[in-house]
Amino acid sequence: MEIRKIDASLVTDTVKKLYLDMNYNIGEDILDALKKAKETENSEIGRDVLSQLIENNKIAADEEIPICQDTGMAVLFIEYGEHVVIENGSFEDAVQEGVRRAYIDGYLRKSVVRDPVFDRTNTKDNTPAIIYTTIVPGNKIHILAGCKGFGSENMSAVKMLTPSAGLEGVKKFILDTVAYAGPNPCPPIVVGVGLGGTFEKAAMLAKKATLRPINEPNPDERYSTLEKELLGEINKMGFGPAGLGGNNTALGVNIEVFPTHIAGMPVAVNICCHAARHKETVI
Amino acid sequence: MAKKITLPLTDEVIKDLNAGDSVLISGSMLTGRDAAHKRLFDLIEKGEPLPVDINGEIIYYVGPAPAKPGHAVGPAGPTSSYRMDKYAPALLDRGLKGMIGKGARNQEVIDSMIKNGCVYFAAIGGAAALISRSIKKIETLAYEDLGTEAIYRFYVEDFPAIVAIDSRGNSILVQTKK
Repeated sequence: MEIRKIDASLVTDTVKKLYLDMNYNIGEDILDALKKAKETENSEIGRDVLSQLIENNKIAADEEIPICQDTGMAVLFIEYGEHVVIENGSFEDAVQEGVRRAYIDGYLRKSVVRDPVFDRTNTKDNTPAIIYTTIVPGNKIHILAGCKGFGSENMSAVKMLTPSAGLEGVKKFILDTVAYAGPNPCPPIVVGVGLGGTFEKAAMLAKKATLRPINEPNPDERYSTLEKELLGEINKMGFGPAGLGGNNTALGVNIEVFPTHIAGMPVAVNICCHAARHKETVI
Repeated sequence: MAKKITLPLTDEVIKDLNAGDSVLISGSMLTGRDAAHKRLFDLIEKGEPLPVDINGEIIYYVGPAPAKPGHAVGPAGPTSSYRMDKYAPALLDRGLKGMIGKGARNQEVIDSMIKNGCVYFAAIGGAAALISRSIKKIETLAYEDLGTEAIYRFYVEDFPAIVAIDSRGNSILVQTKK
């Protein structure tokens, strides 16, 4: 395969567009799920909340303003074709510049601080973005981008279960994590689950799961069945829209899996609010 | 049907608010979240004066997005209230009459609300663009260096909220599993 040259500015412009688009325009999957939830919601306050969320998404799209003031921390999963060469800059810098321009030019909130403990001053451009890159065959760059608000991020958890915990242990940890989060992460939520791998791999899978449309079940029927079962259990918890009671606590459960070690069964649960913002494209 | 209420809140109005009531709030309120709360709390601990008089006010837990030209404020939905739980009782003791946020409060906050006759409103998390339409004007009052986390004064008309916990400690929030 021939080497393909891509200018760094194209990467920057593409990333910027993705961040503006995701912050102004919620995905059709979420919008459909909110409308369906409104039809099935048994609490009056819950139906009212869902109507307001649907209207909020329309206002954001019409006026090109963010859906939520917490425009999150930027996380990108990139599949970088090994036959691509970046010209006029580095790939990493080009991605960071795209995030910077989106947050500054697009009136998105800058929410990143320089150091978690010793220097909590704002970096003022929402960088650094967190970038996970995989090298793949080919001459294209696939970019899956998300922005993650921290109201729900703070409610997430990882547990190193061991094999004897079995499927029941996995279900229990996921449901306990959602029950502990309760009304805080802006329900109705999207639950991303990562199963397998190592400690950090499980967490990355859970994040990636939140970036998958909720109308695309896991292709493995065993896991798509589990996704449906967990969604049903979560919606029996009663937290409801905005945590004010009701039978729509989650819009979707997405599970991603990876092989793991003979001694382990890591589980990560990454909770996302109803504003599950992500977009993808190929350069 | 939503109850229309005007700020500042009187004790009579507060007594009349019951958990589950939908309200439309008009008037002016303070804003503040994590970093501003920590500063206010540290001043109270040291016995020093606050940069803003909180007596009789209500505070909205929010860090707004920047305003587009022609807008008074950017999207401005509530942030999670539990992160302010550590600081809230000290502010309620100083005369704060209400809080607006999202999600659960701990028992210390609820006890302090009952003791001081205060109310906790839930705004809808994530309805930030919709809520911003009810915010007509904003002023920076303190801690400008904190950017979005500064203390602002919001002038609002028909700001939509729900009484989540009333001054008797009744709550409509579904409790988290401990």
